Amino acid sequence: MNSLQYSDLTIWVIIFVLGLGTFLLRFSFLGLIGRRGFPEWVLRHLRYTAVAVLPGLVAPLVIWPDATQGALDIPRLAAASATVLVGALTRNAIAAIFAGAGTLYSLLWLFG
Amino acid sequence: MSVAKEKRAAFWRGTRDGVPFLLVVVPFAVLFGVVGTEAGLPLAQVMGFSILVIAGAAQFTAVQLMVDHTPAIIVIVSALAVNLRMAMYSAALTPHLGTAKLWQRALVAYLCVDQSYACSHAEYERRPDLPLLAKLAYFVGTIWIIAPSWYVCTFLGALLGETIPEAWALDFAVPICFLALIGPALRTLAHVSAAMASVVGSLCLIWVPYNLGLILAAVIAMMIGAEVERRMEQSR
Repeated sequence: MNSLQYSDLTIWVIIFVLGLGTFLLRFSFLGLIGRRGFPEWVLRHLRYTAVAVLPGLVAPLVIWPDATQGALDIPRLAAASATVLVGALTRNAIAAIFAGAGTLYSLLWLFG
Repeated sequence: MSVAKEKRAAFWRGTRDGVPFLLVVVPFAVLFGVVGTEAGLPLAQVMGFSILVIAGAAQFTAVQLMVDHTPAIIVIVSALAVNLRMAMYSAALTPHLGTAKLWQRALVAYLCVDQSYACSHAEYERRPDLPLLAKLAYFVGTIWIIAPSWYVCTFLGALLGETIPEAWALDFAVPICFLALIGPALRTLAHVSAAMASVVGSLCLIWVPYNLGLILAAVIAMMIGAEVERRMEQSR
């Protein structure tokens, strides 16, 4: 059943290191009083971390989906576009999820 | 107003401002439970993610990369990259909470998620003269319902996970979740540029081993976002 190729220990190490690392990122400045902030150029880069990582992570999953063994898939492509579009227009992540899931299910049903 | 009264008022203001975010947090947590279980993680590890990391996007990133059999070190680096913004949150809260006791700051750090940060930072800008204890109370108010909901709903999702049939096309739930986070984040031309660079970069660099292409693409995308922002400011 377990499709992951890691030992139990490795997975726990991933979880603990990720937890500790995330805590240290959150604690960084709160922990060190007196340091008032980053230089402006660092802040400028940090503002874009989320939009720099997430789209790149998701793009291959959209273009080459696992479920179709990597073949381009119209319902999944359309669902992805609908999700981003509705998210960008409404600024509402939940509306975006409903738009994406709705598109995916209706097209999967149509193309059967 | 006495400090005790002010503290209580701030706590309930925070609660009121934080609660609506349950609409986002509950489905995401359930989905993480489902996706983690479907990926093959045992219940304890699914919960381990939600309790020790408590950062949705990073948790999804880690599980997705693990399903793709990425080396552990790359899983960690990529998920931490998603969380780099937390350092920015920490820097922004420090002028307001920096004088709190160490254990209080540690607690704030652990509970500093997108929602509690966004509410609290806005509140501190609105009311910069609140006493420290009221500021802390407000922060706790925003998160005391959200964080336990995150754990409990992850747990429910994990229980649900194994019973969901394949026809539900859950393979695509993770991409849709990520995409739903990206849309609202495309606030300026600089954000859009960074997102496009990230997509193009990661697709072009897909051949780079160990998913390093993604990290490379992300670094380039951050630089492009920052550069576009700088130029937009100059031309203003």
